[in-house]
Amino acid sequence: MAYGNGRSYGDVCLNPDGVLWTTKGLDHFIAFDDETGVLECEAGLLLRDIQQTLVPRGWMLPVTPGTQLITIGGAIANDVHGKNHHVMGSFGDHVLALRLLRTNGEVIECGPTEKADWFAATVGGMGLTGLIAQARIQLRKIAGPWLETENIPYTNLDAFFKLADGSEAAWEHTVSWIDCMSRGEGRGIFMRGNHVAAQEGPQLKQGKKTVPMVPPISLVNRATLKPFNFAYYHFQALKSGKSRIHYEPFFYPLDNLLEWNRIYGPRGFYQYQSVVPRPVGQDAVRAMLQEIARSGEGSFLGVLKTFGSRKPIGMMSFTQPGVTLALDFPNHGERTHVLFARLDAIVRDAGGRIYAAKDARMPRDLFESGYPRLSDFLQYRDRGISSAMSRRLMGS
Amino acid sequence: MLKKIVIVGATSAMAEHCARLWVQESPKVLVLAGRDQTKTERVAQDLRVRSPQSEITVQVLNFLDPDCIHEWVEGVTADGVPDIVLIAHGSLPDQMDCQQELGLCEEVLTVNGVSPALFAEAFANPMQRANRGTLAIIGSVAGDRGRKSNYVYGAAKGLVTRYAQGLQHRLARTNVKVVLIKPGPTDTPMTERLKADGVNFAEVSDVAKTIVVGVARGTPLIYTPRKWILIMMIVRHLPRFIFNRMDI
Repeated sequence: MAYGNGRSYGDVCLNPDGVLWTTKGLDHFIAFDDETGVLECEAGLLLRDIQQTLVPRGWMLPVTPGTQLITIGGAIANDVHGKNHHVMGSFGDHVLALRLLRTNGEVIECGPTEKADWFAATVGGMGLTGLIAQARIQLRKIAGPWLETENIPYTNLDAFFKLADGSEAAWEHTVSWIDCMSRGEGRGIFMRGNHVAAQEGPQLKQGKKTVPMVPPISLVNRATLKPFNFAYYHFQALKSGKSRIHYEPFFYPLDNLLEWNRIYGPRGFYQYQSVVPRPVGQDAVRAMLQEIARSGEGSFLGVLKTFGSRKPIGMMSFTQPGVTLALDFPNHGERTHVLFARLDAIVRDAGGRIYAAKDARMPRDLFESGYPRLSDFLQYRDRGISSAMSRRLMGS
Repeated sequence: MLKKIVIVGATSAMAEHCARLWVQESPKVLVLAGRDQTKTERVAQDLRVRSPQSEITVQVLNFLDPDCIHEWVEGVTADGVPDIVLIAHGSLPDQMDCQQELGLCEEVLTVNGVSPALFAEAFANPMQRANRGTLAIIGSVAGDRGRKSNYVYGAAKGLVTRYAQGLQHRLARTNVKVVLIKPGPTDTPMTERLKADGVNFAEVSDVAKTIVVGVARGTPLIYTPRKWILIMMIVRHLPRFIFNRMDI
C-alpha cells in the first residue's frame, strides 16, 4: 500500500504486517505552464508546496481539503473535496491524467477520456488499483491570495439550510461549524467566501505552534466540550460579518497547530463523516445531532456542509448530492462504538454513506450499501495491493 | 547578477533540499553535477518549476576520475568562481558487505572520502586565486569516531573531516570560507534500509535549513540536528574500555 503524508484519519493507508511504500521521495514538480495552468508533478508532492510555489504566480489548486499537508496521490486516491464542492466538484474533476504503476509491472496512463474506466476506478480508489506515480492537474487562475469572507451565526438547522441554499449562487466557498453539544436544533457559524481581485490584504502570520506532548487522558472530554463549544460559538458570533482573509488560515485552519491530534490523548480519536441525500438530509442530520447529544460524546470540530449536484468521477468517490456532517470523537472504546452504531443506522436509513478516507470502523454492509459501484470497482483492483481497510471492508 | 551555486552530487536528498531553499530565496544560477543524467535532470526540472527565473544546468561526469574532476572544475570556474560550492555526494553501504568484499570496501572509501576531497581541492585553487566564495562539504557524524557498525563509511567521512580542517587552515587568511557539515542520521533515500529499525531520523528539510543558514554565515563546523554536537563529544571522549563494550 502506498503511504503519502499519513494524514488520513482511518486505516486506508495502513497495512499492518504488510509493506508500505512511502512516496516521500516522489515530491518533484515535472512541469508547469504559466499560460494554461496545467501542472505535471509526482504523486508525493504536498499540496502545500504547490500552493506556496504557484499562488504567487496567480494559480491555485481548484479543490483543496482542510489541510494542505497531504500529497497529490492521497488527494486523488481519496477524491477529496473542499468548501466549494457546489462550484468545483471534487479533486478528481481537475485531474487531466495520471500514471498508475501496477504490481504486475504494467504502467497505465489514464484520464477522463483515455482509459476512462481505469481513471474512474483510481480516482477515489483508495490506492487499491495500483500506485499513483504522477498526475497532470488543471489549476485555476486567481488574482491574489485573499478571500472576502463572511461569518454568520445561526441558531437552528432550518436557518443553516436557508443560508446554505441562499449562498450557493453567489458564494464559491461555504461551510459551517456546528456546535454538536447544543441540545435541540443545532446552532453554529456559517462561513462563506469568495476569491477577490484585491492586490492587498492582511499578510500571513508566521509561526507555528506544536501541541508539546500526548496528555495521559483526552483533553476533549465531558468537562471541556460544553464550555469550549459554548465559548467558541459566542466568540465567533462576535466576529460575525465580513472580512478579508489570506487563503491559508481560511482553507487550512489547523495546519499551524502541529500535532493537534495529541489533545485526544493516547487512545486518539475517530472522525465520523457521512453524507446523506438532500431530501432526507435535514431530518437525518437532526437525528444524528440528537443521538450525539444524548450520548454525551462529542467534539470540538463539527462541520456541516451541503454538496452540489455534480456527480463525482470516481466509482468509489465519497461526494454525492446532499449534506455532509463531519465530527471528531475521542476514542472512548465501546461507548463511542455504541454511538457510531446508532449514527450508522440513521445514515443507512437515509441512503447515505461514510467517507472511507476518514473511517476506521464502518460495518461492511454499510460500506456495500453506500457504495453501489463496489462490484465494478473490484475488477480494477491490483491483486498485489491491500490495506487494513481493504481487508476489513472487501475481505482481501 | 544572480548568485552562482555549484552542487556536486545534486541528487543527494540533502543537496536537493538545499537547492530548493536557495531558489526560494531568490533566483540563482545553479550548476547541478551528478553521476546519472536522468536522475539529475529530474532534480533540475523540479527546481525550474519552482523558480523559472533561475538558470539551471545539469552536468554529468565521472566522480572518481581526478582528470575529469580537474577539467570540469576548470570549465565551471572559467567565467568566475561560484559564490557557493556544495559537495554533497555519498553512498551508505552495508558494513557487513564491505567486510566481505574488498572491491565494495574500496568503492565506498573512494566515493565518500577521496572523491569529495578531490572536488574540494580542485575548487580550492580557483577560489583562493579569486579570494572569494564559500566551499561547503557534507561530512558525517560517522567520521568522528570509528565504530564497528559502519567504520568503512566512517573512515571515508573522517578523511573528509581532516581534509576540510586542512583547507580551513590553509584558507584562514583569505576570504574563502570552508564549511564542514556533519549531519546526524537523516531521513533520506540513503538511510532507507536503516529506517526499518524504527530509528527516529531527522527530517531532510530541517537539516537543509540548517545547512543553508550555516553556509550563508560561513560557520566552519555545523552539526545538524544540533544535539549531535553533544552526542559526538561524548562518543569521541568515551574511554576505550567503555566504548569497546558498546554495541554501536
